[in-house]
Amino acid sequence: MVRTSPRADLPEPPYRSPVRLSVNGRPHELDLDNRTTLLDALREHLGLIGAKKGCDHGQCGSCTVLLDGRRVKSCLAFAVAADGADLVSVEGLAEDGHLHPLQSCFVQHDAFQCGYCTSGQLCSALGMLDELRQGWPSVVTPDLAAGPDGLTEPEIRERMSGNICRCAAYPHIVSAIREAAAAEGVR
Amino acid sequence: MSAPAAAVGRAHPRLEGRAKVTGTARYAVEHPADGLAYGWAVQATVAKGRIVRVDTTAAEREPGVLAVLTHETAPRLNPVESPELLLLQQPRVRYRGEIVALVVAESLEAAREGARLVRLDYDTEPHSSVLTERHPSLYKPDHVNPAFPTDTCVGDFDAGYEAAEVRLDQTYRTPAYHNNPMEPHAATAYWADGRLLVHDSSQGTNDVRSTLGRLFELPAETIRVTAEHVGGGFGSKGTPRCTPVLAAMAARQVGRPVRLALTRQQLFGPVGYRTPVIQRIRLGADADGRLAAICHDAISQSSTIEEFAEQTAVLTRTLYAAPHRRTTHRLARLDVPTPSWMRAPGECPGSFALESAMDELAVACGVDPVELRLRNDTEIDPEEGVPFSSRNLAACLRDGARRFGWADRDPAPGVRRDGRWLVGTGVASAIYPARTPGASAEAAAGPDGTYQVRINATDIGTGARTALWQIAVDALGVPGDRVAISIGDSDLPPAYVAGGSAGTAGWGLSVDRACRSLRRQLDERYAGTAPPDGLSVRVDTTDEAAGLPRAPRYAFGAHFVEARVDVDSGEIRVPRMLGVFATGRVVNPSTARSQLIGGMTMGLSMALHEEGLLDQRFGDWVNRDLATYHVTACADVQRIEAYWVPDEDRGNPLGVKGLGEIGIVGSAAAVANAVHHATGLRLRTLPIQLDKLVDRLPVG
Repeated sequence: MVRTSPRADLPEPPYRSPVRLSVNGRPHELDLDNRTTLLDALREHLGLIGAKKGCDHGQCGSCTVLLDGRRVKSCLAFAVAADGADLVSVEGLAEDGHLHPLQSCFVQHDAFQCGYCTSGQLCSALGMLDELRQGWPSVVTPDLAAGPDGLTEPEIRERMSGNICRCAAYPHIVSAIREAAAAEGVR
Repeated sequence: MSAPAAAVGRAHPRLEGRAKVTGTARYAVEHPADGLAYGWAVQATVAKGRIVRVDTTAAEREPGVLAVLTHETAPRLNPVESPELLLLQQPRVRYRGEIVALVVAESLEAAREGARLVRLDYDTEPHSSVLTERHPSLYKPDHVNPAFPTDTCVGDFDAGYEAAEVRLDQTYRTPAYHNNPMEPHAATAYWADGRLLVHDSSQGTNDVRSTLGRLFELPAETIRVTAEHVGGGFGSKGTPRCTPVLAAMAARQVGRPVRLALTRQQLFGPVGYRTPVIQRIRLGADADGRLAAICHDAISQSSTIEEFAEQTAVLTRTLYAAPHRRTTHRLARLDVPTPSWMRAPGECPGSFALESAMDELAVACGVDPVELRLRNDTEIDPEEGVPFSSRNLAACLRDGARRFGWADRDPAPGVRRDGRWLVGTGVASAIYPARTPGASAEAAAGPDGTYQVRINATDIGTGARTALWQIAVDALGVPGDRVAISIGDSDLPPAYVAGGSAGTAGWGLSVDRACRSLRRQLDERYAGTAPPDGLSVRVDTTDEAAGLPRAPRYAFGAHFVEARVDVDSGEIRVPRMLGVFATGRVVNPSTARSQLIGGMTMGLSMALHEEGLLDQRFGDWVNRDLATYHVTACADVQRIEAYWVPDEDRGNPLGVKGLGEIGIVGSAAAVANAVHHATGLRLRTLPIQLDKLVDRLPVG
């Protein structure tokens, strides 16, 4: 069987919903299949290709974006469940053509090779730095009650381990994050 | 972008860096098109058999589904060299996970649901999917990848081995490894006016174009394949893969552009993997560790579809001196997917066995393992009998030992403690062939003083785009901001696939020659300035490359690793890896370092984390995603350093040897040797994980 005509011949599917999203400060009103993930909404419906599909199962981190300020794996979230949410993707990091310090440090430290995990690393790093600022401990924090002892390399490595880089730019990612955070006054 | 005079040798950020950190670099399924449809592949659920019934009724009823392609309905393809690519042409199933149908739909969601609803019934046959030393199908292939002799023999190994004072005979095993680039294999295909345009995630689009031309009976000039940005490949995108073929078939069937990306789970099979390997190493030496006899027998697997023979023992032909030597390769044909290239095919698994055995020999002889390797170093290719173009293995070992602080190492295994941790250090050598393939390139000067360099090289993350631009800037002798480079498009002058660590050497030579020729013509005929309609020069270096000196030419390296093993749990940590390499001239120290530590880390991953676990009942791997097939993560890598020693070698006119693969060669052995030094336990089967250590650790 082959159908070649455009969408008009489709039966009206009962499983669509209106979804309102603010992405990088811009409001969007979408009519989406309820099965559409936040990642596919960004990539296939808004043309925002920065967030990548590496595994579609929340195992690689390439799709990481900030959802209401917190890092999430957008492949694991249904867009319909994020109705009204405020999203920041990698496209929203630079302002007026000026790279965010994390972005320029990633370039200067060669913190990527193929670049496919990079958007996720950047968004994850932003969210991670905020978690650290709020004093969230991690598994390598020596005293959980006291909170993290600053932005140490073990803390960064641990907290960035949800973002796989098969090219293994890890040490450069860590040094780029340290430098960018220092520039922003995080220690 | 600007580069000072002598761009080559200076660190320069990647030219596409800004595009990659702003999320604007487009990969294969990120190109906009009107009327897009989406493909979703369906895989066989049996290891061997025949499809006897196809029921696509439910799939076709799914809203949004446009077409279901199976062997009964898919467009017919013309034969090509690789039977692997004759997709959906016949009902036989040769391995579990073989692609047996493709659903095309209006949306990803509909395509995925449609794929779930395709019903295929099989007549199954007994399958054989486990490699063993005594598999009945074992045979001697005509050659091993890509064109090495299968077996070699110099002197009389058996006599030399029997007469040796110290003899070692051990078997080493490595499991299947999956390349797992971060970008799954993917393609977008469009047909318009009888022409085919494909955006592919590929390491080389020339081969993809010519293969599509043969499959669809089209002249090459009607096909264009691009790969501007590629999310890694590590060999798995080095040969034309199923994705561009299926996307083109689907796009033709529905008369619309089609995007097709394999899922992560679907990558475990149809796109190649590193074969499991069983290796027997025999070393015969005098009491001082000088090798008299060396033999490396390697057994690996291929599919029943086509032959791929991993060149596992090839490095043993060149790494160390010994008068009596033999290498052999045998292959079993199993009901499994076809293995293929994965970063340093041959040298990578081969070095785990050989360099583990050398460590065992050092222990047996009571000789320091660095010294043992120095004693067996050779300026003469031990099989060819002629000098290497350059050989700086000793320099790598000595420089690495100095940087690492090897000098006062206590050789006794299993005796150093730091709190809960048993601590040890290990070393291994590395070798990888340095090749210079011919390529075409074009350099053009505009009347405004700008320059365009065009070559169908591919940058899969290696930094090739930037390195070639640096070579061009120097050859043209102009500021870098005047020079633009275009790569990753089959409409550009044809060049070799991104593989064999040959990109910078081969493509670079072609870029250098095109730019120098343009510069000469501009200076001689136009007083240095391009005429009003510009000037363009195209070169092909096939003849020059073929005429280069034929001396054996290799890059070398040495790995130093510290390992720590928890005395109670057997948990393993690697706080430090250090590699020193002799790779000729380094064009861009920044991207070169990234390639080397990337390779070293993939070796760490091989040593400790990765393992394709096969369930013989199903004839397939059970760990088919990144939650169960572990690769090294950020927290696994602590201090890692890569250095290089001076390595003058004009066997390539630019002095370049290539360094994309050598970082993984020997890396896993250095980890295993460090674990032995820490614990006294010799692990000859990878990966090294706590369950293999915990019952046998020295009592704490």
